[in-house]
Amino acid sequence: MTPSWIALIVLAIAAAGFVLARARAQAAARREARRLHSLPNYYGWTAAIYAAGPALLLLAIWLVAQPIATRSLTWPVLAAEAGENAVPSLMMADVQRLASGLDAAVATGRLTAEEARALPPEELRAAMAAQGVALGSEVTPATRDAALRWRRLSGTGDLLRGIVVIGLALAGAAWGVSRAKPDFRARNAVEQAMRGVLVSAALLAILTTVGIVLALIFNTIEFFRLYPAAEFFFGTTWSPSFGGGSELGILPLLWGTLYISIIALLVAVPIGLFAAIYLAEYAHRNVRSWAKPMLEMLAGIPTIVYGLFALLTVGPLLVEAFGRGGYLGLGWMQGGTAVMTAGLVMGIMLIPFVSSLSDDIINAVPQSLRDGSLGLGATRSETIRQVVLPAALPGIVGAVLLAASRAIGETMIVVLGAGAAARLSMNPFDAMTTVTAKIVSQLTGDADFSSPEALVAFALGMTLFVITLALNVVALWIVRRYREQYE
Amino acid sequence: MTDIPQSGATPVEPPAPKGDSLLVTDARTKRRNRSERRFKAYGIAALGVGMAFLVALLWAILSNGLTAFTQSYVQLDVPLLEEKLDKDGDRDPAKIAKVSTFGYAPLIEAGLVDLVEKTGVETELEPKALTKILSSSAAAQLRDRVLANPELIGQTVSVELLASSRVDGYLKGRVSRASLARDKNLDAEHLDLIDAWRDAGLVEKRFNWDFITGADASDSRPEQAGIGVAMLGSLFMMLVVLILSLPIGVAASIYLEEFAPQNRLTDIIEVNISNLAAVPSIVFGILGLAVFIQFMHLPQSAPLVGGLVLTLMTLPTIIISTRASLKSVPPSIRNAALGVGASKMQAVTHHVLPLAMPGILTGTILGLAQALGETAPLLLIGMVGYIATNYPDGVAEGFLSPNSAMPAQIYEWAKRADPAFYERAWGGIIVLLVFLLAMNLIAVLLRRRFERRW
Repeated sequence: MTPSWIALIVLAIAAAGFVLARARAQAAARREARRLHSLPNYYGWTAAIYAAGPALLLLAIWLVAQPIATRSLTWPVLAAEAGENAVPSLMMADVQRLASGLDAAVATGRLTAEEARALPPEELRAAMAAQGVALGSEVTPATRDAALRWRRLSGTGDLLRGIVVIGLALAGAAWGVSRAKPDFRARNAVEQAMRGVLVSAALLAILTTVGIVLALIFNTIEFFRLYPAAEFFFGTTWSPSFGGGSELGILPLLWGTLYISIIALLVAVPIGLFAAIYLAEYAHRNVRSWAKPMLEMLAGIPTIVYGLFALLTVGPLLVEAFGRGGYLGLGWMQGGTAVMTAGLVMGIMLIPFVSSLSDDIINAVPQSLRDGSLGLGATRSETIRQVVLPAALPGIVGAVLLAASRAIGETMIVVLGAGAAARLSMNPFDAMTTVTAKIVSQLTGDADFSSPEALVAFALGMTLFVITLALNVVALWIVRRYREQYE
Repeated sequence: MTDIPQSGATPVEPPAPKGDSLLVTDARTKRRNRSERRFKAYGIAALGVGMAFLVALLWAILSNGLTAFTQSYVQLDVPLLEEKLDKDGDRDPAKIAKVSTFGYAPLIEAGLVDLVEKTGVETELEPKALTKILSSSAAAQLRDRVLANPELIGQTVSVELLASSRVDGYLKGRVSRASLARDKNLDAEHLDLIDAWRDAGLVEKRFNWDFITGADASDSRPEQAGIGVAMLGSLFMMLVVLILSLPIGVAASIYLEEFAPQNRLTDIIEVNISNLAAVPSIVFGILGLAVFIQFMHLPQSAPLVGGLVLTLMTLPTIIISTRASLKSVPPSIRNAALGVGASKMQAVTHHVLPLAMPGILTGTILGLAQALGETAPLLLIGMVGYIATNYPDGVAEGFLSPNSAMPAQIYEWAKRADPAFYERAWGGIIVLLVFLLAMNLIAVLLRRRFERRW
């Protein structure tokens, strides 16, 4: 029985439970709804929830747990044969493919169930090829035994799954129907269940964070087992080679990240801040009503667009100006991808981020402060510089920190615009690379995480997560503290 | 509040000497007025620079991308010789299907030679070299056409075949004669032919539906690449995001806004959500890779996995906006419902939620728009590097079989070596931006139409 059929049957049982419980409650109340504690539908819902809730939950858990359990029970068969540098995940993938191929062969009638069990290993590959299942290597006896064991175990598991889940649904429905009496507080029970659903949805946020942290921590520990942590954090060379003997120092990447972020902030903060000041303090209402959404359009544009803009438009333009034979005759730039390219474009991306945050903060400064300053004879710019900005400063610092965390975590612009070479250089027209760009290049299209070259991406991710989290926490703390002053 | 002006105020200078008229502005006032004007000019300049960047960005997108929506075709008379395509002459589809594209290439060559003679252009090009004018998929196009109508065999049919990307670039002004000097794929001789044929109306540019609906093509055929399959991949991902994030987001927001007691757990959840909203998107990609692919063994490159990752990424955004719209429903509504005997749950589900729905939908659409444009997490779960050449057959396949997504497809094109793909990437961006614009427009209209001020 496939999981979707089981789910459908469970839902049918729940529907039947709904009808029965509702009818029973109404019959007990002799068709007079006033004699019931709750509206009749609530009695129905109780039975439906008792039937479907636990059963579907169990089904979901079972679906995740069964392959894991089967895998760990099948592995001992293969373990004896597995050599020094065998990859368990690949061997198990072969076993699984063989098992599902045998299942398909039995299902289509190409093999009988006995034949499938008795077929010698040498003939299996041909049989599977006839079934349209391509096996990576010749089938060894151990692989065959493992596949047979896999089939037996998952067959038992599937059968058990159907029986237990449907049994649970029936029991739940029966219990729900049996409780459908006028005195039963059905509404409270239903609302309790709904509340449980609401709480678990809210807890998903915590679960996500836990998932992120666990995924990063486990793989990072695995990485540090293969590669010394001190060399990772203090190494100044980044040269991964999948053949082994790679040097994985994070410092060049951190420097590239920092350099690009600084340039981005140098572009975004003055422009964003002055635009916000103008919009908040000077601009006419009409100007504000079209200029603000226009500026915020920059924030709605996906980062891949900025990446392409950096790679294909800004990069070549900068080379024309600063490159060898460019019209400034400086020859500083070797290619279109450089720290400057990525930083400039990232700065453009961050302008609306800085400006709308600062705009909110400037608007939150009480009007009485401005009135007082203007009343004493200060000009508007003096008021802004000497009264409004000092009052808004903590908030603006928070906004800049948030923008910095954005810049550090940004991926597409640096992947396309900053280059791939990791180096420690002061020249902003050199190609450098960042933490995020290297996470992408170390993990893309790779499903096997056993080499330090792939696992290093998790350590990089951990570093990135910690840095951005720290920046966010500090920024939010500053912003919140500041807000309390005026509210 | 009294301490604020002190920190930044300049010391008060002694008053200007007496005797001057109030009507004459003195030097100090002039200086202050100048600095006032300067400060205002900085603001205008900053705003102007921001606008200029926006215009530059849009200009780059439109000027580079609009050409992707037209494509050059060559009108050609091809003799479909019976002895080449169907030796026995019995029109057996199975036998015709055995003739590979190599069997069609000489026919196209003959058609091209014929065309050269007919238009009367002198050329020193070998017949073999002539085929460089056409896309390398031309033979396959012709074969598909013959397989669909076997009765065409034996006739000379007039077909429209895709021109190669270099010819297409020449007609669009992207490739010049000077740049061809370094290019092995096409010579100036070819361009002379193209010029003559264009004047004769045999080579023309038409609107390129295949770009919008078609599949991606391999590295050597940029003229054939389309974004249609990736669009379907994005659609399936967005379905997953919508189905999961709307109910979960609404449920979480209702709990936090209406039911949550003031305790430690609630605090932790709230801090968590605001921090998750600022976690870099690539970290969600790492999460997806480790949990969904490494641990749960879901298929790589599948829209289902992409949708799950994007759901986790957009949930904080949706929760924050949903809470704002729940908060904007005045307490009097809840109190009235409770007053006539509704339970708290009934007050929320019957009254507060329907009133907050327009705001919730607006926030959800904006969250979806954000998810639609996101690329970085998709890189890690393998949706880039997969060449999306096949349409999914069926809904289940659409969720589970490998596919690309629009932003991932754009990235894929941007990485390829042939500059002809850059035009496709910009064109893809236009398609993506049209979708985003439409979604934002819907959100704005929804807000205008249903927003209530209490």
